[in-house]
Amino acid sequence: MTNTEAHITVSDLTMAYGDFVIQRDLNFTINRGDVFIIMGGSGCGKSTILRGLTGLKAPAQGKVFYEDKSFWELEPLEREFMMRRFGISYQGGALWSSMTLAENVALPLEEYTDLSPSQIRDVIALKLSLVGLAGFEEFYPSEISGGMQKRAALARAMALDPEVLFFDEPSAGLDPISARLLDELILELRDSLGATVVVVTHELASIFAIGNNSVFLDPETRTMLTTGDPKTLRDESPIPKVRNFLSRGEFLAEAK
Amino acid sequence: MEAVMEGTQAVAEISFSRPSDDTLLIQLAGNWSIGQQLPSLDEVRKQIDSGLPVQRLTFDSKDITVWDSGLVTFLVKLLQHCTERNIDADKEGLPEGVQRLLKLALAVPEKKDARRAALREPFLIQLGNHAMEMGRRAGDMLDFLGESFIAFGKLLTGKARFRRSDLTLLLQECGGNALGIVSFISLLVGLILAFVGAVQLEMFGAQIYVANLVGIAMAREMGALMAGIIMSGRTGAAFAAQIGTMQVNEEIDALKTMGISPMEFLVVPRMLALIVMMPLLTLYADLLGILGGAVVGVFMLDLSPLQYYEQTRLALNLTHFSIGIAKSMVFGIIIAVSGCLRGMESGRSASAVGNAATSAVVTSILFIVGADGLFAVITNALKI
Repeated sequence: MTNTEAHITVSDLTMAYGDFVIQRDLNFTINRGDVFIIMGGSGCGKSTILRGLTGLKAPAQGKVFYEDKSFWELEPLEREFMMRRFGISYQGGALWSSMTLAENVALPLEEYTDLSPSQIRDVIALKLSLVGLAGFEEFYPSEISGGMQKRAALARAMALDPEVLFFDEPSAGLDPISARLLDELILELRDSLGATVVVVTHELASIFAIGNNSVFLDPETRTMLTTGDPKTLRDESPIPKVRNFLSRGEFLAEAK
Repeated sequence: MEAVMEGTQAVAEISFSRPSDDTLLIQLAGNWSIGQQLPSLDEVRKQIDSGLPVQRLTFDSKDITVWDSGLVTFLVKLLQHCTERNIDADKEGLPEGVQRLLKLALAVPEKKDARRAALREPFLIQLGNHAMEMGRRAGDMLDFLGESFIAFGKLLTGKARFRRSDLTLLLQECGGNALGIVSFISLLVGLILAFVGAVQLEMFGAQIYVANLVGIAMAREMGALMAGIIMSGRTGAAFAAQIGTMQVNEEIDALKTMGISPMEFLVVPRMLALIVMMPLLTLYADLLGILGGAVVGVFMLDLSPLQYYEQTRLALNLTHFSIGIAKSMVFGIIIAVSGCLRGMESGRSASAVGNAATSAVVTSILFIVGADGLFAVITNALKI
């Protein structure tokens, strides 16, 4: 990436449920235009970190900065205003099941823009066609396949042309080809929207295909082990655990 | 078939020998399937303990005909015993598949703190924990109540954000669609009240007062109460299940991160629908209850329909109806709030949604009856 302007800065972040600490002392920086991967073994708290970044769960300690604003210290209204600049694609899609795809995409537009109904219809058609779902406006989420639901959720996340796109396990439950198409779509959107992308995943293929920066979370020590370009980490990281993870366990197997 | 099995060693057999002083050779033979009578570990332990101390364990398994998890579980226990006693176990003599399975089973050591200990805490501690939990939940409930009233206040100033089409659907769901069950129940309640009254009042020759009894009881009490209980079972449970499922699907999270308050988007229209529909349902229930009473009056007590109608009209005044309607609005709020509250605090699993629905009904019926009692005290004190 040519510009390295910090977009999201996480400083000494600790996430916990009550007394139960999920991850502690996280420090990393996400630059504008990055595809940033939050990775780590199952159950290490990747999704919880995402909740801390997106405004769903206040951190137990530490701060999250968007540019120079401390996200969790903002007034609730101001924070809500900022959250409108996020597009989030949830693990299970999380489309509102009582609404059609068109209504799902329309809701944020109706809430936050002054577009006329016919303009909104045009935007819906555009966003759905961007994710390859043109013509599915009147379908309910339960009537389409899991992969289509994920793409529809992405269309909804893009409704307001977000500055930051968050993905929670985008390729979970998708066949390899759909997963790859989704990866390409993510890159395409980053380039065309100029958005910063944060992806929670442990799919190695995706990590190397799209990520240019990352943080590695460790479930045992409950903190981050390292941060940086995943390809560099795989080849050069001094930490065996990280290299082992990024090479599907082959690093330690070789060492034996 | 049985006979063939017998012939090919249908039972698991184990025998021991000592090729050298510190080595124990275990010979396994026969059918080592799960569900068979398998030898117990105690036999092996006895062999290890008897005679000279054992340093090494070897196996001979060429006579095993059939094996499955039965053999592997036996061996895992045996190997754990060996590790405790510092005995070196040589797995060479075991079938190759078994060796591989054992390697897999023993590869990752058991996580010591992962197993949940069946802790039985002393009674007083349990009691204290329950009390604290209840206190916390009462606090949550008040929080929710406060938030929902703030959201409702926003509705009154026209600032609440929800979809009008949702409200229309909810109005239909809480109103028209509930008419069938409300008709049936309130007609029967009217009949039952009339029967109970008729038997007593006939003794004084005062059958005509059945109309007063049924009319006043329905308008003041039973109409609202029956509608409340029916709606909490019907609609309150549905609210909890809908919102709980949205919680499971992360749909609530999606609303929140989009800056749309679930309170305004989900709770307000539900509250509004019930506040509008409960009084209407109650009036309807009153009417059908009185109709039920009239059926008894006419066919059992030989009153003429006109007589019954006149008597009812004389007995009832607007105050009776107003009390019933005031109650029904309070019940509507109770049903909507407890349904939505339980749905919102639902956990993220199928059984959690079920629990949410159950607890929504329990909570709303509890509070409905409580509120009804409060109304009785207040109206009595005010002499209305």
